[in-house]
Amino acid sequence: MSALLELDAISLAYDTPQGLLTIVNSLDLTLERGRIGCLLGASGCGKTSVLRAIAGFEPLRAGRILLDNQVLSTEHKRVDPEHRQVGMMFQDYALFPHLSVEKNVAFGLRRWEKAARAERVASLLALVGLEAVAHRYPHELSGGQQQRVALARAMAPNPELLLLDEPFSNLDIDTRERLAFEVRDILKASGHTALLVTHNQAEAFAIADRIGVMRSGAIEQWDTPFQLHKHPVNDFVADFIRREALMTQRAQAYLRGGEAGEMVIS
Amino acid sequence: MASTTDSVSSRRFRIVNALWPAGTWLIALCVAAPVLALIWVAAGGNLDHWQHLAQHVLPVAAVNTLWLLLGVGVLVVCLGSGAAWLVTAYDFPSRKVLNWALLLPLAVPTYIVAFAYLDLLHPLGPFQSLVREMLGYTSPRQFRLPDLRGLGGAIFLLGFVLYPYVYLSMRVMFSTQAASLLEAGRILGLSSRGVFFKVALPMARPALAVGVSLALLETLNDIGASEFLGVQTLTVSVYTTWVTRSDLAGAAQIALSMLALVVLLILLERHGRRRQRYSSTQRMRPIQPQRLKGAPALLAFVLGWLPVVIGFVAPSAYLLAETIKRLHEVGGVSDQLLSSTYNTIYVSLVATVITVLCGVVITWAVRSARSRRPRMLQFLSRLSTIGYALPGTVLAIGLLLPVRLLDDAMNWVRSLFSDTPASLIVMGTMAALLGAYVIRYLAIAVGSLESGLARIPPSLEQASRLLGETSSGTLRRVHLPLLRPAIGAAALLIFVDTMKELPATLLLRPVNFETLATWLYAEAARGTYEEGAVAALAIVLVGLLPVILLARHQLKSGH
Amino acid sequence: MHRRIPSSLFNSLAIAGLLASATPALADVTLYTTREPGLIQPILDAFTQDTGIQANTVFVKDGLLERVRAEGEKSPADVLMTVDIGNLIDLVQGGVTQPVESQVLNEAIPANLRDAENNHWYALSLRDRVAYVAKEIDVDTITYEDFADPKLKGKVCIRSGQHPYNTAMVAAMIAHDGAEATEQWLRGVKANLGRKATGGDRDVARDILGGICDIGIANAYYVGRMKNAKPGTDNYQWGEAIKVVRPTFANDKSKGTHVNVSGAAVAKHSPNKEDALKLLEYLVSDKAQSLYAKANYEYPVKAGIELDPVVASFGELIIDPLPLTEIAKHRKQASELVDKVGFDN
Repeated sequence: MSALLELDAISLAYDTPQGLLTIVNSLDLTLERGRIGCLLGASGCGKTSVLRAIAGFEPLRAGRILLDNQVLSTEHKRVDPEHRQVGMMFQDYALFPHLSVEKNVAFGLRRWEKAARAERVASLLALVGLEAVAHRYPHELSGGQQQRVALARAMAPNPELLLLDEPFSNLDIDTRERLAFEVRDILKASGHTALLVTHNQAEAFAIADRIGVMRSGAIEQWDTPFQLHKHPVNDFVADFIRREALMTQRAQAYLRGGEAGEMVIS
Repeated sequence: MASTTDSVSSRRFRIVNALWPAGTWLIALCVAAPVLALIWVAAGGNLDHWQHLAQHVLPVAAVNTLWLLLGVGVLVVCLGSGAAWLVTAYDFPSRKVLNWALLLPLAVPTYIVAFAYLDLLHPLGPFQSLVREMLGYTSPRQFRLPDLRGLGGAIFLLGFVLYPYVYLSMRVMFSTQAASLLEAGRILGLSSRGVFFKVALPMARPALAVGVSLALLETLNDIGASEFLGVQTLTVSVYTTWVTRSDLAGAAQIALSMLALVVLLILLERHGRRRQRYSSTQRMRPIQPQRLKGAPALLAFVLGWLPVVIGFVAPSAYLLAETIKRLHEVGGVSDQLLSSTYNTIYVSLVATVITVLCGVVITWAVRSARSRRPRMLQFLSRLSTIGYALPGTVLAIGLLLPVRLLDDAMNWVRSLFSDTPASLIVMGTMAALLGAYVIRYLAIAVGSLESGLARIPPSLEQASRLLGETSSGTLRRVHLPLLRPAIGAAALLIFVDTMKELPATLLLRPVNFETLATWLYAEAARGTYEEGAVAALAIVLVGLLPVILLARHQLKSGH
Repeated sequence: MHRRIPSSLFNSLAIAGLLASATPALADVTLYTTREPGLIQPILDAFTQDTGIQANTVFVKDGLLERVRAEGEKSPADVLMTVDIGNLIDLVQGGVTQPVESQVLNEAIPANLRDAENNHWYALSLRDRVAYVAKEIDVDTITYEDFADPKLKGKVCIRSGQHPYNTAMVAAMIAHDGAEATEQWLRGVKANLGRKATGGDRDVARDILGGICDIGIANAYYVGRMKNAKPGTDNYQWGEAIKVVRPTFANDKSKGTHVNVSGAAVAKHSPNKEDALKLLEYLVSDKAQSLYAKANYEYPVKAGIELDPVVASFGELIIDPLPLTEIAKHRKQASELVDKVGFDN
């Protein structure tokens, strides 16, 4: 698989009255096409900033971001978010409250021809299982449904890369787990490459092919879930992984998949 | 703070994106022009006249104004937020009607309410006549209540007619607050009243700040009521300094000192607003009103309707009675009244459209500020709201000089191309008047849009950008539809305000152009107050339409 | 007569507000007035009827001088009219008027009621400032100075001290009694006020009927209007509650009552000077002066015009011989004294 997303020694920092505040320091990351990656870390470690930099909302202090070998960001240049082929699912879903589910999903397809657009919307709604509520409005949906609309909307224009910002944090535990697997299924089915950030280890393990454990603006280890669990590279990673007990059978089964990191259902 | 979407983009986008700040600069300059002209004129005044003003006029006027602001401020906060809470948190008979009825005093201008109550509460008026009858007196010389004229009367009347500004913003805020937050308060042991004071009110502080500062700016602005009630406010002093002494410089000097107060008020409002940015698309459970029965329901009913009766029903009933009496005597309405009505609606509509557009330009420019100088744009935005604070007369005077310069410039340009003799171009057309209206009421548009924008989470814009939409496209497809309530509210308030405006209109209107307000004024000046009642009633009726629309909108959105 | 807006004005709402001002049509006179339009309208209508010249009125409540000055050379104003001698002379001193000479005007208006030296301003009607006294009270003569008498405490009603009618009267008092005495007088009157100094002149009558005060100062012509109103109306009742007593100045042997004037001048940049003069001359014609007397209940400047019966019933008016220019001269000081005393507060 070829590398789709490449973060090349990127640094992110803010100017504050107290001086330069470095969020991310010389971070490297490579994500292959079709894979689902995850940045896992406590709040404040810089994972969301990385995501926003990939989306184009944060400037780089140093380094480069490349998508399919096209340079998106450097220290001096930044491609507008609307011109990157990147989709994003926001933590608060950011659904347009004045538009129906259908219209939300169709939002990024403005330049498409009408028939093609309708077809695409329909197929996405089917993919996420929300055809029944196509005409409803966001405030009429449950949290899980809203999340799926957000996903469908982000996927609609067929972006090269999907970013997911703490997609499950607003949901209760059971829904969260269930949806984590569902989202993975959807992503794999559509073949999208995705990068997700979360602080929740169970989600990371449920959804991602590769996980990067982050601390203070740097990735401690970028590896498959299995490797992280079995061969943590240092104490921090080891403690972090073991800190939360894995919740469900399916997650455990996933781990049992061993080196290939494939799902195995017992 | 949400990060800007600053980037090195293509040239075309840069030009388009520059339009927003450019528009803002232009608008801010237009607003600043009268202020600058005032400074210019004020500086031209002589020193010992300033000494006289500073010694004898300013202190009294300043003290009166401060007391008035304080009194009205307290009153509108109590009335406005109390009413808003009453209607949000409790259910009692007629609540649904009261919900929008509480807005009705918006239709009554301050000078009309003063003029109505001076009659209503006069010893010869219906109220005191009734009291005398009940107490068994025949003549006012035997018994009469204290005169309404004075600071107390002014505070009372202004408070009851300006509270809707606070009520409106509080109502919207209360009804969008998550029920869960308030319920959390209850669980933590607060009584219903406790929840109001300790949770709801603090959370609604920005809305309160906005509402109160609008009401107080309107108070600073008022000249009719203060004049009729004999309160020497700063505005009245500006007026009389100019009128009786033809001392424009002196008037400008006092006016400039009023700006100090204005700046304070604006700072207050901004401080309140800066506090929070409520933005959530999470599903909000609306507050469940508590059902009241029996004596509490009756109390709620009375308390709720009291402001409406005092602020709207009583003066309107008076105007209606006087109108009927007059129509009986004379048997019809004059042509002037009809043409004045037409003129009023026309000029108000145009002013509203232009003002709202300017408001959109400014708030969007600030919102999407390219990170280079967001502070500059914010400053310009604040600058453009200063117009609201200028009393109509002062604004009109302030505009005379710039408009004349503009005329000179245009004539010069024209003289390059043709031989037409110099003539009045802008001065004396509706443009000068419209300019005054736009400058005066821009604050309403900007205020409403800003708080509306603040309720839209930045993630919506980011989502839109990532879905391929440009900044202006996002404005069009996402923000404007979501801002419709804010735009609607602003448009209605601006329409009503321009319709009621008196002092600037008197000075800047074109030849033979009467609005309802100026016609009413002329009739009152003639001393035929009965006929003035017809015009006043017409103003109130026309002013009702936007209020009713606003009310229906509130009802429809389920508040 | 107010026309509806010509459709050309609608088009003027292009943002630049470009509207080429139309040159005034022939036989068209534009009048800028601070005078309540209703009062002047019947006379203007008669003017149009008799001469065929259309009169356009612009009612400028305040800032007439400012407006005309700002309009500059391009101002369409032909005639400027005010209701106060101070304002009138301000116009002249403000440089927005031009002299006109006319035998008609000189013959109709006594020399002390016009600008005999420079021919800029002309008075058109007189309005005496008198005492409204509650009918029950037995008072036949009174001086302006009496109003400060402590025995009138709480019994006096008057409009704002800064109103031109009052400042003119105070200016006259300064001319008669000196500034210091006038200042004392103002303090005395203020102490006697039954309610705040605000409102209009007719409110004095209303408040007397309402028992708020017993005596007040106001212009006489309102009484004419009130007593001539339809019986049963408010105006009529207020008129019936009072009687008019013409005050004099204590130190003045002539026993004259203070009067103010309504007057006019031709605008400096008048586009139509000829018709402007025609308007002025018409305003001192017998017909117009009669209208001033009968319709407005004022005193005509021209001698020999019949008065309204109610006004005539007040008795003969002895005009305070103080030159009007004297009053205008002290106006500023009068206004400052009113401020100093805090009369309106």
